[in-house]
Amino acid sequence: MLAKRNPALFYLQRAGFYLLVVVIAFYLLFPFLWAVLTSFRKSGDLGLSPFNFIFNAQTTFSNYVTVFTNDSFIRGLGYSLITAVGTVAVSIVIGSFAAYALGRFRFRFKAAVLYIILGVSVFPQIAVLGGLFLVIRNAGLFNTPAGLIFSYLIFTLPFTIWVLTSFVRDIPGELEEAALVDGASPLVTLFRVLFPVMMPALVTTGLLAFINCWNEYLFALTFTSTNRTVPVVIGNFSGATQFDQPWGPIMAASIVVTIPLIALVLIFQRNIVSGLTAGAVKG
Amino acid sequence: MTNIGKVSTGVPVKRQRGIEASRAIQALWLLLPALLVIALVAGYPLVRTIYFSLHEASLTNPEQAKYLGFANFWFTTKDGIGLGFFQDSKWWGAVGNTLLFTVVSVVLETILGMIIALVVNSAFKGRAFMRTAMLIPWAIPTVVSAQMWAYMYNDNFGLIGRGLLGGQSALADTTTAIWALIAVDVWKTTSFMALLILAGLQSLPSDMYEAADMDGASKATQFWRMTLPLLRPALLVALIFRSLDALRVFDVMYVMLGPNTAAQTSMTGYARQAMIDNSQLGLGSAVSVAIFLLIMVIVVIYVTAFRVKFD
Repeated sequence: MLAKRNPALFYLQRAGFYLLVVVIAFYLLFPFLWAVLTSFRKSGDLGLSPFNFIFNAQTTFSNYVTVFTNDSFIRGLGYSLITAVGTVAVSIVIGSFAAYALGRFRFRFKAAVLYIILGVSVFPQIAVLGGLFLVIRNAGLFNTPAGLIFSYLIFTLPFTIWVLTSFVRDIPGELEEAALVDGASPLVTLFRVLFPVMMPALVTTGLLAFINCWNEYLFALTFTSTNRTVPVVIGNFSGATQFDQPWGPIMAASIVVTIPLIALVLIFQRNIVSGLTAGAVKG
Repeated sequence: MTNIGKVSTGVPVKRQRGIEASRAIQALWLLLPALLVIALVAGYPLVRTIYFSLHEASLTNPEQAKYLGFANFWFTTKDGIGLGFFQDSKWWGAVGNTLLFTVVSVVLETILGMIIALVVNSAFKGRAFMRTAMLIPWAIPTVVSAQMWAYMYNDNFGLIGRGLLGGQSALADTTTAIWALIAVDVWKTTSFMALLILAGLQSLPSDMYEAADMDGASKATQFWRMTLPLLRPALLVALIFRSLDALRVFDVMYVMLGPNTAAQTSMTGYARQAMIDNSQLGLGSAVSVAIFLLIMVIVVIYVTAFRVKFD
């Protein structure tokens, strides 16, 4: 309508809108792109003016060589992977049992159980830090991935149960009734009948749990001393002095740990968005 | 026993009850692992934290805990020296900084998130790209974003530190550092806010806007009178979760400012320094209990003030 009535104003509005889009895209992406660029620059070039830094400085892979020959970083990647995958596996199995019970069975105290789970998901981690430290140390799990997996269940499990429960509730009952009539036990029903239907929700919760574990810092810092996960390794990266931070390698390491997450986000965009909104709206 | 009423229901009541009871027992077995894990990883540690908050205890030797009452919170020696953390100005500094950080960053994230969500919700070329770009800051680990920004704030090499601030170190002083960190947090989490608001926007009925257009309501009126009130429930839940997240802030402060300064800017940093770095398990636990209570009070205020319903 406006295009016909007042073309000048229309195009001005359009231009303004696209300018806003460009500003937003720049704001969201620039810090990351700047880190990517820095990871390909020599430390001697960091002092160049932005123009020379972008266009005239030499491209180098030396920061990536430094990072991939750094023993603690490589081991950090391994520990992060074991911890994240282990936590996802445990919380998916235990969480789907609980979600099946909460979404499909009738029993007393169900509301109470749901409130406890919701309550745990708003727990500040610091409230359990000391107690959890003692539990982990007494169990001989200090400085092990098993200890971290155990501690990470405090935030992955409530979320997994909450999202899966609302999903299980919406699955049509006929599927399960048929299995029950055939005399299948609850576990068989869960694995054979419900799991295939639950796949999208399992992927979503698994991905979000994986990302949360991969990024976790406070527990990893506190419950390990040498077997560090990558966030702690990167947080501790430092040069000989405070004024000699190895920014190039830090950026290279940062890019290396971020790339898998960005790849997951790009591939599973839909699942992640639905999981985030379900998680936030429902608990 | 052969009662006509029972026969007419098809299934004998007794057997019906038997099925219900056995289903309930099966449900408990299915729930057991989750409840056990939650008890071990959350319940028991929380009880221990409360227990140690009333004791003098060392992290290296927690068995020899000495009962103190509330002395970890408030205790004045004969010489008039306050030993409780409530008497420590550093603690109140951490509380003040955390609250400032939370209020400012959550408000800014909500406003920016709303703008981004409204932009991305309208139809234009490159919309799919923008929706993907929105996820990038969210997907970046907090520690990584902290390092990225620490580099940009660096007074020798950083774009912001050397360029915009002319060689000033924004992170050297806690009063400026808190604003620098707010900028980092806003960058990292605005996109999360925008995602949640966008999901809310997409659930609004489009025929309502068509009717408003017919009636000649301006876009601004439509936003204030229709969009905002309808978004309220989604917005409030997002606000609660972001506020709770911001109140437990730790990573970004610890990585960008170091353990000592983080203890002056983050409540969690203060508690962790007492408990882990200084091995004062009792004192650190007392601080943790205070943080826990503060956060619970804020949850209750939110839920009652805005009558948020979880279901």
